[in-house]
Amino acid sequence: MRGPNIARAAFSEETLKRVEAVISRYPTPQAAALPVLYLAQKEFGYINDEALSAVAFVLRISRAEVYGLATYYSMFSTSPMGRNVIHLCDNLACTLLGAESLRSCLERKLGIRMGETTSDGRFTLRNAECLGACGQAPVMLVNDDFYEALTESTIDKALEKYR
Amino acid sequence: METILLNRVHLENSRSISVYTANEGYDALKKALSMSPSGVIDEVKRANLRGRGGAGFPAAMKWGFAAADPKRPKYLLCNADEGEPGTCKDRQIMEGDPHELIEGMIIAGYAFGAEYGYIYLRAEYPRLEGILEQAISEAEGKGFLGKNICSSGFNFTIRVHRGAGAYICGEETALIESLEGKRGQSRIKPPFPVNVGAFGLPTVINNVETLANVPHIILKGGAWFAGIGPAKCPGTRIISLSGHVNRPGYYELPMGVTFREVIYEHGGGIRGGKELKAFIPGGASSPCLTPKHLSVNMDYESLAEAGSMLGSSALMVMDQDTCMVRVAERLMRFFVHESCGKCTPCREGTDWLLSILERIEAGEGKQEDIELLRDICDNIAGKTFCPLGEGALGPVRGTLKYFEEEYREHIRIKGCPMKI
Repeated sequence: MRGPNIARAAFSEETLKRVEAVISRYPTPQAAALPVLYLAQKEFGYINDEALSAVAFVLRISRAEVYGLATYYSMFSTSPMGRNVIHLCDNLACTLLGAESLRSCLERKLGIRMGETTSDGRFTLRNAECLGACGQAPVMLVNDDFYEALTESTIDKALEKYR
Repeated sequence: METILLNRVHLENSRSISVYTANEGYDALKKALSMSPSGVIDEVKRANLRGRGGAGFPAAMKWGFAAADPKRPKYLLCNADEGEPGTCKDRQIMEGDPHELIEGMIIAGYAFGAEYGYIYLRAEYPRLEGILEQAISEAEGKGFLGKNICSSGFNFTIRVHRGAGAYICGEETALIESLEGKRGQSRIKPPFPVNVGAFGLPTVINNVETLANVPHIILKGGAWFAGIGPAKCPGTRIISLSGHVNRPGYYELPMGVTFREVIYEHGGGIRGGKELKAFIPGGASSPCLTPKHLSVNMDYESLAEAGSMLGSSALMVMDQDTCMVRVAERLMRFFVHESCGKCTPCREGTDWLLSILERIEAGEGKQEDIELLRDICDNIAGKTFCPLGEGALGPVRGTLKYFEEEYREHIRIKGCPMKI
């Protein structure tokens, strides 16, 4: 049953293969929810309506449950995001060392407020609740790359890499 | 004093299995497999290895409970959801010496009879997923993982499960819910995970640092480990040092080291030659302490006696210019964001605490707010499903205990005195 059913989901062939592989690593399909949501976010850009249906279908749970997960966990977004996502930490260790001025600096440079996306779709700016690099504070994560001991002058150089 | 956990992280290619095996790696596994599973548990019991996640529960006791439950299969979950603000210790092990953790997991699995292991990795460490998966596949290639490990008949697999940015999933029952593909909301205990855990089966949840100690204990003996640091809580601790110190970072030191030594010797003292005002000893949930506590030892008992907790040994240091109301406010914003919403005292209480802290910091506080803060704290304490609600009180209770006058000054002058 699973083969033909799974193929009806809106994932691409390639993603579908990865979805099947990831589901096989758990005792129940639902347990693969987080990795499958990551794959869906990669494929659809964010957890949109199509993604909700596709994920619900392969995990054999309701769309409402998938929506619950997508809105509960910070790493998923139910609205469109930029091509690059900046997570700026402003928890205590980073705040003690100037995260607040870095936030205004980023907002100024990008011309957006925290939580928004630049009009060219290049960056989304989000705050993070501790990135676990407190010894190198203040820090930000751009996609999968860490930038540590940040200053206003090192932010520019870091952002240049991303198109 | 020599380190235990971070001995290999400075070697070139420290993550590779060849460097690991050239430096005693997987020798402990071979030794453990020549022992009986209960013999392994006994050795770890002799070491008196206590959980490094924060609660300090004896690891061997957990394994014993799970081993005694006849249900199969059993699961070992490695809690790598290091989310307590200020903490960056487990990352050092996973990034620099992933096989140390993996070997510890295999030995733990053997000890209580687990077939499956999952590493619940916090989402904010995206690069670590690949590092751990690479290490797992190397270990599989050498026959240290998979079926019939080293011809012992023992089967064990490890998978990496990346979380998705919820602090609460560091709490063990929420972690299980999350692994099962649900929203990470705590379960009420009992039943305890050792009997009814992941997928309804016996499950042990151990912290990364706890598991990484296991190979060393098996190789050198429980008695050797028990001789390091205080008898009630032996071993070393990886301390994450952050805030206003000259040399922030992570330091592996014997359990029971004093705050003075960590802040002034290893951390090089306070930045800019300023005075120390306060420090948070064990992550955001632990109430702050003051310079008069510099001689306190960093172990579970000493910190409980001092009215705080060792937690994840994340030491955050604040200088004389720090506003303690703002510290409490910032940390409370974190707890409001991370409360899972399941139980009322935590969901509503943290929100109320934040509103009051915000108005005091903004200069709109009233004299009676101090009592109100204390009253809300008393009404959250002991009334929540899980320790998150209790943890959220740490920042308020600690700052109120030592800096009540600073709160009152905010209210009196209608603003933050640090900004004037």
